[in-house]
Amino acid sequence: MSDVKSENRARFGVPADSMVFARGVRKSYGQLDVLQGIDLDVPAGSVACIIGPSGSGKSTFLRCINHLEKITGGLLLVDSQFVGYDLRDDKLYEVKDDLLCQRRAEIGMLFQSFNLFSHMTVLENLIEAPTQVRGIAPEQAKAEAEILLRLVGLLDKVDRYPRELSGGQQQRVAIARAMAMKPKVLLFDEPTSALDPELVGEVLQVMRDLAESGMTMVVVTHEIGFAREIGDQLVFMDGGVIVERGAPREMIADPQSPRTREFLSRVL
Amino acid sequence: MGVAHPTEMSVEQGAAAAVARLTVVPQRRYGIWIGTALALLLAFLIVRAFASNPAFAWGTAAGYLFHPSIMRGLSNTLILTVVIMALAIVIGTVIAIMRVSPSPVLRGFAGVYVWFFRGVPALIQLIFWFNLSLLVREVSVALPFLGTIFSARTNDFMTPFFSAVVALSLCEAGYMAEIIRAGIKSVPAGQAEAASALGMPYRMILKRITLPQAMRFVLPPTGNEAINLLTMTSLVTFIAVDDLFYSAQSIYARTFETIPLLIVVAFWYLAVVSIMSVGQHFLERHFGRSDTRRDPLAMRALRNAISLAGIAR
Repeated sequence: MSDVKSENRARFGVPADSMVFARGVRKSYGQLDVLQGIDLDVPAGSVACIIGPSGSGKSTFLRCINHLEKITGGLLLVDSQFVGYDLRDDKLYEVKDDLLCQRRAEIGMLFQSFNLFSHMTVLENLIEAPTQVRGIAPEQAKAEAEILLRLVGLLDKVDRYPRELSGGQQQRVAIARAMAMKPKVLLFDEPTSALDPELVGEVLQVMRDLAESGMTMVVVTHEIGFAREIGDQLVFMDGGVIVERGAPREMIADPQSPRTREFLSRVL
Repeated sequence: MGVAHPTEMSVEQGAAAAVARLTVVPQRRYGIWIGTALALLLAFLIVRAFASNPAFAWGTAAGYLFHPSIMRGLSNTLILTVVIMALAIVIGTVIAIMRVSPSPVLRGFAGVYVWFFRGVPALIQLIFWFNLSLLVREVSVALPFLGTIFSARTNDFMTPFFSAVVALSLCEAGYMAEIIRAGIKSVPAGQAEAASALGMPYRMILKRITLPQAMRFVLPPTGNEAINLLTMTSLVTFIAVDDLFYSAQSIYARTFETIPLLIVVAFWYLAVVSIMSVGQHFLERHFGRSDTRRDPLAMRALRNAISLAGIAR
């Protein structure tokens, strides 16, 4: 395994501490080019925030990282490895489902609409993938689930169904569910956009705790305040390209591109 | 606070009394009254006709209620219903999964299946399968080098009962496929997406995430289908399977007690349908439990413990 990683690093010039590495990532649906060459480096343990107007391709890019969407061209590596492909003789062979699942299991993803399994209790949601995908013993999975639920402050909701929880609580359970797989990186697709304003804070607090604990995170968000406070880098996307990138504080205080300036003036 | 002026007091009291006197007069719904009267009249006429017409011969009907051949017919009807429904659910699930498959060929195959088996009347399919020997005299399985390893004359295995099972389960599967497909479609796409993101493979997602959630949409129409199927099995009388209706027919063909025996048949169908409705109610409650607050927390804690033990096995 590490052979593949070091080979990829040497071949593509991937930094040693890279968690997500994108070069010229393109994605099109027929005639429509959604991503037109995205470059991004997310070092392990850092937080990258992606902002941009709707339709700018930021969610699509996020979904490409864990191969929920297949990219049309370019290079996209997670932990110096391809997610959906094996590289042999300059050809990218699509991997079999079980291998794809194995790699995907190491990439956690959070959704705007939470997507908790609605027919399962909170506990069942948390132990489903560890027991079914990883084959972890249920008792151990349960013990780990309880630790995670305590971390997100929802241990008392262990027997609840998702619909009995508030949106903020559901998203915190979803974060715990993703963490139960011990992922290398967490992808957040507008995690607070479906929440009532007073519930946003509790979710951001959990994300802040995760970032401080050293979790690598790629966060598509509209929460500029969160990006400024937690983000190690900020990326502004528009029309399928990265318009501007930089350190969050400087970029928000003094955007260089007029498009960034216009966008920030509308959301701040 | 000052002392209220006497005239002000009386004005206030008068207003309060006026408010207290207000009463609501319900709207008069004459249409409903007339309808109610007509329904009661109709019910009376029907009951009188049933009670006073000696041709119904209730006593005779009661005498045949537990007649051995009626009992045998009833049990055959029940066996047919259960076997056909079970097969239809299995085949229907497969067809439904094919219909939502990414492969256009599988989707097309499933589409044609549903189109054909729902489109041709059940009775015609039944008689067709019963007469399969006119089309295929012999069924055999042959392998290269090994030669024929299995061979049977169609007439030997296409017994009336077997024809009935094949014909009606294929037909019913067409309906079940559509019900299950609608159920699968009713599960939000985000559920499967979240499961993929957790690393669950397609089959596991179907089995553990999509189908269980589809169940609560699938169950009510499936209950209807089961009831529909129970009554539809009376068609097998045409190919001489001795179901409930056929047994009754063979009795009244001898005794000419047509009406009493039809009453016996109707009674048993109604009795079974009533029991099925109760069963359906409990099944719906089971699969809809995450929608209701009727599932007490203590029960869930117990179930969580049981499911943990279940996975452990």
